Amino acid sequence: MKLRYQVSGDDLSLAGKASSEVKRALGRLGVDPGAIKRTAVSMYEAEMNMVIHGGGGVAVAEFSPERIVITMEDSGPGIADLDLAMQEGYSTAPEWIREMGFGAGMGLPNMKRNSDELRIESEVGKGTTVTIVIIFSVPGGGQA
Amino acid sequence: MNGPSFHSVTLDPAKCKGCTTCIRFCPTEAIRVRKGRAFILDERCIDCGECIRTCPNNAKKAVSDPLSVLADYAVRVALPAPTLYSQFDERFSVDRILSALLELGFTDVFEVARAAEFVADATAEWIAAAGDGGPWISSACPAVVKLLQVRFPSLLDRLVPIISPMEAAARIVKERLYPGRTDVGVFFISPCAGKVTVSRYPLGLAQSAVDGVIAIKDIYLPLRNALSSVVERPISRAGARGVAWAHIDGESDAVGVPRALGVSGISHVISVFEALENGKMKDVKFIEALACPAGCVGGPLTVENPYIARARVRALERSANDRAARERRVEDAGIGLGFDEAVRARSGLRLAPDLLKAMIMLEETEVVVESLPGLDCGSCGAPTCRAFAEDVAKGDAVIAGCIFKLRENVRKMAEELLSMESIQPPGLDKD
Repeated sequence: MKLRYQVSGDDLSLAGKASSEVKRALGRLGVDPGAIKRTAVSMYEAEMNMVIHGGGGVAVAEFSPERIVITMEDSGPGIADLDLAMQEGYSTAPEWIREMGFGAGMGLPNMKRNSDELRIESEVGKGTTVTIVIIFSVPGGGQA
Repeated sequence: MNGPSFHSVTLDPAKCKGCTTCIRFCPTEAIRVRKGRAFILDERCIDCGECIRTCPNNAKKAVSDPLSVLADYAVRVALPAPTLYSQFDERFSVDRILSALLELGFTDVFEVARAAEFVADATAEWIAAAGDGGPWISSACPAVVKLLQVRFPSLLDRLVPIISPMEAAARIVKERLYPGRTDVGVFFISPCAGKVTVSRYPLGLAQSAVDGVIAIKDIYLPLRNALSSVVERPISRAGARGVAWAHIDGESDAVGVPRALGVSGISHVISVFEALENGKMKDVKFIEALACPAGCVGGPLTVENPYIARARVRALERSANDRAARERRVEDAGIGLGFDEAVRARSGLRLAPDLLKAMIMLEETEVVVESLPGLDCGSCGAPTCRAFAEDVAKGDAVIAGCIFKLRENVRKMAEELLSMESIQPPGLDKD
């Protein structure tokens, strides 16, 4: 099944809503807590990036009994040098965002660490699509 | 086990009007209104007392023990929560309140605030030994621990596995002050509904050492009456560090970990846990989360306004260390303060035990949600349209239970009736 969320690009206070909904859905499915946490962390990072850099976009979560695949697509400026962006500490976030505690350049490596698969397709001037795959450790298990 | 089937929080069916106020405030969506009254879903209830606080008809109450339970024991030890000190105005000192407890049938008193100091030390040691990780979450508030079990299972591994001050006090009394005796009863004087439940179904332990939990509001009047005439004795030995646990930030200060975060009130606690689950707050070491507004002083079994009570406790803290300098009964806890067992997740929010089945139900939930007005009006007895859709998917509700859907159906039927009315059998049609 698929769930689709519109992510607003101009209201930082709403950022995290889509990942919060996905988290709720995973809880209702009884997915193992570890997978919920990894999904939360990586999708939240991607959602923040989408709001801060991408001007918002669309998040789609596709659920299956073994995994969740999250696709986040924006029409923002794109990432010029993907290898550089993947480095710890590299950031292009504006100063006011950093002052709020975001944009420390941890985004992409943190997403990579927490996901089982991370694909980033980006074209300068067109936008970025991030795909996150999280595999559930024990389907339906892990809870009392 | 999926949480206790016993909960302190219960409903008085005679008082409940079925008004749906409580269902909106429940942080785990654990209440449904059916047949004109509220029902609590046991597997979801975390005993936070939010419904007790919000019910306009006082139909929600917390079951606790009556003072008559004391009769079963030869030695009867009161364990007053530090919040008790804040329920009476400044004329009544801590010593006087503790002395008055001894007039009500207790033979001894051990302050939970004193045990809280030992728990604070054990917590600080545990955090230091844990090294670089964190943030670690205090396990002192039972409603918060249960909130993690039900809504944030992925954060359970952040719980500090140290028993609560109430439990520590009870063990110190039984194992150190009266060792080897079987006629000793210990009774927590409680601001908290959740403590009643955990005294019977403890978290992180196989068995609780507490024999009964008496609500502050039940003991308030007899205690108030005893206060004016009682001969004050120098009983209190708890310092400011222990007394401060009555309100938010008191525990953090007592533990003394730099970069601690204190949060009180269940909705604020939830937003902090949401942020923590998203990987934020890497610079925080310790989270003191308390379900009640302003902390335990805001507990549903208290009498005084939480903020007035907090102001009093803070005033008391200034003089507490003088009393703590008295000759002590115990210099240290002298007992193990660690958990016996891990706190496990509870599956109350899961749609079905089987993931595939749950997924089908989730899919149906989404379809039903789309067809609902999204007003979260509560008329169906569920807290939100989404919660109602989940109930429909699980087979616990029917979609016509939504009055908007019902009205839509009635309208369709009326339109059909109207269109059928104009059609006559050809044989009777005179036009």
